[in-house]
Amino acid sequence: MSAAGHALALQGLSKRYGSFTAVADVSLAVGQGEFLTLLGPSGSGKTTILMCIAGFVEPSEGRILLDGRDITALPPERRDFGMVFQGYALFPHMTVAENVAFPLRVRKLGAAERDAKVRAALDLVQLSAFGERLPRQLSGGQQQRVALARALVFEPALLLLDEPLSALDKKLRAELQDELKALHRRIGRTFVNVTHDQEEALSLSDRVAILNHGKLIQQGAPTELYEAPRTRFVADFLGKSNFLSGTVQEVFAGGFAIGAGATRVVTAAAEAPPLGSPALLSLRPEKMALLAEGEAAQNSVAGTIESWSYLGAGYALNVATPDFGTLRITLPSWNAPIAPREGLPVRLGWSAAASVPVLDDLA
Amino acid sequence: MMRRQDLGWWLLILPAFLLMTAFYVAPIAQVLAISFTEPSPGLSNYERLFTSESVQRVILTTLRICILTTALSLLLGYVLSYRIALANPSAQRWWILAVLVPLWISVLVRAFAWVTLLRRQGLVNETLMGAGLITEPLQLVWNEFGIVVGMVHYMVPYAVLPMLASMREIDPRLLAAARGLGASRITIFAKIFLPLSLPGLLAAGVLVFIFSLGFYITPALLGGGKTLMVAEWIGLQILDLLRWGLGTMMATVLVVAILVTLAIFSRLVDMKRVFGGGGA
Repeated sequence: MSAAGHALALQGLSKRYGSFTAVADVSLAVGQGEFLTLLGPSGSGKTTILMCIAGFVEPSEGRILLDGRDITALPPERRDFGMVFQGYALFPHMTVAENVAFPLRVRKLGAAERDAKVRAALDLVQLSAFGERLPRQLSGGQQQRVALARALVFEPALLLLDEPLSALDKKLRAELQDELKALHRRIGRTFVNVTHDQEEALSLSDRVAILNHGKLIQQGAPTELYEAPRTRFVADFLGKSNFLSGTVQEVFAGGFAIGAGATRVVTAAAEAPPLGSPALLSLRPEKMALLAEGEAAQNSVAGTIESWSYLGAGYALNVATPDFGTLRITLPSWNAPIAPREGLPVRLGWSAAASVPVLDDLA
Repeated sequence: MMRRQDLGWWLLILPAFLLMTAFYVAPIAQVLAISFTEPSPGLSNYERLFTSESVQRVILTTLRICILTTALSLLLGYVLSYRIALANPSAQRWWILAVLVPLWISVLVRAFAWVTLLRRQGLVNETLMGAGLITEPLQLVWNEFGIVVGMVHYMVPYAVLPMLASMREIDPRLLAAARGLGASRITIFAKIFLPLSLPGLLAAGVLVFIFSLGFYITPALLGGGKTLMVAEWIGLQILDLLRWGLGTMMATVLVVAILVTLAIFSRLVDMKRVFGGGGA
């Protein structure tokens, strides 16, 4: 299979059902060979967007462009996109090989060429030995790979994945995530994936677009979204986060400080809100440390351990603080400085860069 | 060894078993016996199957009408089921009601309704003559045409129910997937929908064919005594001509034909589909 990625662009895409707006004015560009994930909770419009791209749902407004060509009005059977459906949608009355051959038969390929391509596609997903089986004789992970082979065998311009791993158990999911990622690298095609699983989105994608209530909230590389969430929703949905709210007390070069009660917290930011205005900071649980007696940090706050749990790789502590409520902090268990105990007084410390100003879009 | 609890269960169904044996199995066995003993012991009645032209004619007429009825009922029923299966849920309820309502009207009433519609001075002939399309009334009833019309009307709901059940089991995502993979509507129907609805089609075929074989009232009324099917012919032999041996011979042939049909089709389809399996 040749590396032939295509670029996709959504311009002002909207979909309304009566008075309900499923997708509101979403514009997105997917580059050649890129792996884009649409991430959001259920009802966020991510699947509707995918169905618009596939052609099963007609957008109320906006355009869909493939390599600059408007394909908004093209029916799905003429778009030449491969799609892996939720639950795989394998044809139960056809063998694995027949399933994979289906898109080729529809395209009236010669028998020799068809057989060669089916074999290559089954090799690609390591199912060469299973060609004569029926889908129901395969495990969930194998079925998922057949669906992938079927969607890729006709060398589609784009591969669309609708929650491809959601039906699998956790261990298998992790395994297939790696496979899917390797597959994307190997064939260099453009992938658009839909999921509600933030871990899957982070590990698979070149770029993630986060949606909520039909709107595009933020898009960017996984690290960018995780390290610099722009809104409270993004920080909360992608991983876990503490939120510190206060008012802006001081603005200085490269950051500002907020105050809440007797506590002052500094943050690194290019732009600062005006003095005296309310501000919200996101703080990841793993970016805090327990400070030893007399140890200094850019930010520190004292509290007592309210509750704790052991997670194997780490401890999770809920620390009650006077000015920010309960803060969650995780510590690697192999070098935890203390043995956690309820009621133990502790001091939490973190850098200015760890507390990231976010827009409060959940208020 | 049978355990005590098991014995209790068997005792519970014993009355039903005795009732079935006394009033159902025994008479059938007697019918079978008579066919070998009247008017003289031996196979003489069965010999008629190969020698009597009138016996052969009745069988051929019956088969012809049954095959035609089954084919037409399946065709109409399939189109109807397809329409219903793809309709939205609220429309589906109305469609199903419309299919089931005729089942609640007496078969006798429906047969007479067809007679009034199709007879020489009936609505159909009057309309066609009024429109100047024909000058002489057409012979629409008291022949095979009339019988087939009445029987198809009766059988379509029986064809729809198993087919609809099997079409509803088809995951709509399969059709969307086929479309997304580039298949045209015709290909999707031929390669995905039709093969997946085939068990329902076969089940409906068995059901309608077996019902048709022994159908009595509709052929008797719409055939007007001129076109005889097996059931009416048996009635004629036993009730009017008092030829018990010949009548019971044909009855036995009918039962055997039905059992053979079932045996053949049970190899092709899950029979639970036809008769509605308990909790399967």
